[in-house]
Amino acid sequence: MASLPAVLKSEWTKIRTVSSTTWTLACALIVTVAISAALCALMRSQFDDLKPAEKLTFDPTFISFSGMILGQLAMVVFGVLVVGTEYSSGMIRSSLAAVPRRGTFLFAKLTVATLLALVVGMATSFLSFFLGQALLGPHRTTIGEPNVLRAVVGAGLYMALIALFSMGVATMLRSSMLSLGILMPFFFLISQILSAVPGAKNVARYFPDRAGSQIMQVVPDAMNSDPAPYGPWGGLGIMVLWVIAALAGGYLVLRKRDA
Amino acid sequence: MIELEGLTKRYGSKVAVDHLSFQVKPGVVTGFLGPNGAGKSTTMRMLLDLDNPTSGTVRIDGRHYRELAEPLKYIGALLDAKAMHGGRTAYNNLLCLAESNRIPAARVSEVLDTVGLSAVAKKKAKGFSLGMGQRLGIASALLGDPEILMFDEPVNGLDPEGIHWIRNLMKQLAGEGRTIFVSSHLMSEMALTADHLIVIGQGRLLADTSMADFIRQNSRSFVRLRSPQWERLLDVLNQNSVPFLQTGDGAIEIDNGRIEALGELAARHQLVLHELSGQQASLEEAFMQMTAGSVEYHAHGATTPGGPPPPPDRGAGRQAPNWGAHDQGRGV
Amino acid sequence: MIEAVGLTKRYGAKTAVHNLSFQVRPGAVTGFLGPNGSGKSTTMRMILGLDQPTAGHVTIGGHPFRNLPNAPRQVGALLDAKAVHGGRSARNHLLSLAQLSGIPARRVDEVLGVVGLQEVAKRRSKGFSLGMGQRLGIAAALLGDPQVLLFDEPVNGLDPEGILWVRNLMKQLAAEGRTVFVSSHLMSEMALTADHLIVIGRGQLLADMRITDFISHNSADFARVRTPGTDPAQREKLTSALTEAGGQVMPEPDGALRVTGLALPRISDVAHEADVRLWELSPHQASLEEAYMRMTQGAVDYRSTADQKAGLQPAMPPGYAPPQVVPEVPQHGWYAPPPPGQNPYAAAPQQAPVQQPPVQQAPQPQPPAAPPVPQAPAAPAAPTKPEDAR
Repeated sequence: MASLPAVLKSEWTKIRTVSSTTWTLACALIVTVAISAALCALMRSQFDDLKPAEKLTFDPTFISFSGMILGQLAMVVFGVLVVGTEYSSGMIRSSLAAVPRRGTFLFAKLTVATLLALVVGMATSFLSFFLGQALLGPHRTTIGEPNVLRAVVGAGLYMALIALFSMGVATMLRSSMLSLGILMPFFFLISQILSAVPGAKNVARYFPDRAGSQIMQVVPDAMNSDPAPYGPWGGLGIMVLWVIAALAGGYLVLRKRDA
Repeated sequence: MIELEGLTKRYGSKVAVDHLSFQVKPGVVTGFLGPNGAGKSTTMRMLLDLDNPTSGTVRIDGRHYRELAEPLKYIGALLDAKAMHGGRTAYNNLLCLAESNRIPAARVSEVLDTVGLSAVAKKKAKGFSLGMGQRLGIASALLGDPEILMFDEPVNGLDPEGIHWIRNLMKQLAGEGRTIFVSSHLMSEMALTADHLIVIGQGRLLADTSMADFIRQNSRSFVRLRSPQWERLLDVLNQNSVPFLQTGDGAIEIDNGRIEALGELAARHQLVLHELSGQQASLEEAFMQMTAGSVEYHAHGATTPGGPPPPPDRGAGRQAPNWGAHDQGRGV
Repeated sequence: MIEAVGLTKRYGAKTAVHNLSFQVRPGAVTGFLGPNGSGKSTTMRMILGLDQPTAGHVTIGGHPFRNLPNAPRQVGALLDAKAVHGGRSARNHLLSLAQLSGIPARRVDEVLGVVGLQEVAKRRSKGFSLGMGQRLGIAAALLGDPQVLLFDEPVNGLDPEGILWVRNLMKQLAAEGRTVFVSSHLMSEMALTADHLIVIGRGQLLADMRITDFISHNSADFARVRTPGTDPAQREKLTSALTEAGGQVMPEPDGALRVTGLALPRISDVAHEADVRLWELSPHQASLEEAYMRMTQGAVDYRSTADQKAGLQPAMPPGYAPPQVVPEVPQHGWYAPPPPGQNPYAAAPQQAPVQQPPVQQAPQPQPPAAPPVPQAPAAPAAPTKPEDAR
């Protein structure tokens, strides 16, 4: 059994020595914070024009995370590239020759990448929150209010889980292009569109991003959205199940398929 | 020491490797030969546990590859020059491999120096030429200072200086008692490097023998004589019923002759010899002779020696007509 | 005929090719050698009009490539095996090339047959191995039945059968009177293929001569001598006798002696006078690689730390006499030995060019495919110089 700390260290070197790590994670943070801030500023000026139902369920916390719809895409790219470049560069053969235990290899790689994604995710969510609240002015909430801290921490978790889910998918598909080709439209288009279509809504509700984003809401049915059949932690649980499925699939492919 | 036992790999209905059993022993350079599609690369990948065998086993120093805690310290391999991340520097590519096997970072600089890449250690690998990539791959094989080294087509893309260097490196490593397993399509290069040969065709073992035996068994060997006392030489040979052959340039060739016996014969008869040299066919000729029939793509113009393909076990030992192979050596 | 005059190419401050002048003549295979980064590829690209020279010019048959009327029918080139549209089938790829230059479609099937790809002609070239891609590239070069052919590393990715085929193809093309210009890093392969060499280093011409001259200019021939293994005294006796006669004697790992500075007949005489029996007396010529290494020292970009000269005289494991100090195939490859079991002397098979009489034998003209090693045949009566003895 290869020494796990050594493999973790090796994966940390791998991840810090490619420029894609820096720009994807920076992108995730900047895009999320910038768009959230912009939307918060917009809300403040447009608050009086909101429908009464929307005013009633106005969720200043959730609003300050609205940039995540775009920011999460950078997290998807980060997750996919962490795994996918091993295959596209051919490095996977060198890596597996050095660490032949597939489980150790995958665990170390995912641990390092997920921890990094979690740190960046938390930074993103806290930054987004505080900047957003500052810009919301009179409509703001504070971190001390009930459930607000849970939502902010949850947003960080959500970012990390999105990255981890992407890593699982990329391990299964063994290709960056293919994984991005599936995940990007899924998170950016399909999930968004389906949740607006009446019939498909009930299915789309169980998609990882839909279910997971429930944790960011403090006010139930925030912004007059449809009531969900699960609570914030239930939603995150559904997302975790997706992640587990993707990882299990990835691990099986890595074990069974020829490198 | 690498041991293969009944190693088999099927892709659907196609058998890439078919019950391959052999050992690669330490202290010598073992060449791994076979036509395209013979299953060489698949075999090498199974040795590293990158591909799963359909059946059979591979053992590295008696253990399965996955049981090796830090495999780079046992076996280093160059499979593909491009098996590195282009966006990472040469140094960092090696560093992450080294760290996973607890190899000190100082060793990374050391192997980069050995392969002559120190000057570009901080450059990203994607700008590397094929030859530089090859050197980086060789460096990664040397990282753990392993007892077993495996090289797949190591001279690919190297310039003459690099070819010369890797050849001597392999010999030197074998001289230190390490196990060296190297595949190549370049027979002339292999002839200069390998001591032992393993030849496969269509996934099956065709030969597992020393280089000298392989050439001897698969082609013609003869002794060439030149003498200013031409007539007397012919007389002496005729008297001793030594069959011989005259060539156009004034030499005499004796098939399967023993050079020592001929030297003594000449001395006994006070014959002056201007040449007494043992000659063997090239590895290329011997290889062509053996693998005829297990080649995937045939071009027109280069006729393969006639006759049926060699028996599946090994063609060695059979009384092979060799003149066909000679035809191959010349222009068409 | 390819003619370069004062060819120079600069990329910014770096001079890739500097004032290069040479001619590549028809009827011979001309090898193009040089270390990595010496400007070989740049030169080839300038010949084909892909790069514009900074100064000087290069012409093919008297015209710059770009002014050649119907260039594909005069010049064929293999530069990069992967310069093929992967989505197209091999046949369609060649067909599109043929149509560009008005070559009939049946020529496409012809060249596919020549390179042995007719069975995969309908398959997309994306799935081709490097070797198959190389064959397709060669097919494209041959398409216009051109008089001038350029090959850059043609044996890359080919298996031994393919290497042999390419070698014979090039010799055949040269024998048909075409101009064949080949670059390669494989010295042993080059020694078997080329008749003439052009060597460059750091963008400058280092040599332009026959391969045989190149080897004898840049390295030393030697003789291997072995005395009966049972009697070490004989070996010492011979060593001192040869040294006295002006030869340099070095012991070989397997107990033989390496003698330089004395011709084989002289060694024979010295041994005779010293009353030493010989078990081996064989001429050896240095390899092309050795000659090349000596010439290009100092013109190499990436140098490994290991000593360069170590191994030029390869140390052989004891008990294993290397048959490969010289390229082996050609020495006797041009005649066919008789079938076993026959008396070759009586049978005189027609393949053997000359059987007898051995004396006064005129030198056999070498067939075009003859090996690049010197083969000046010496009548037995004439004293043989070491290099004659092969």
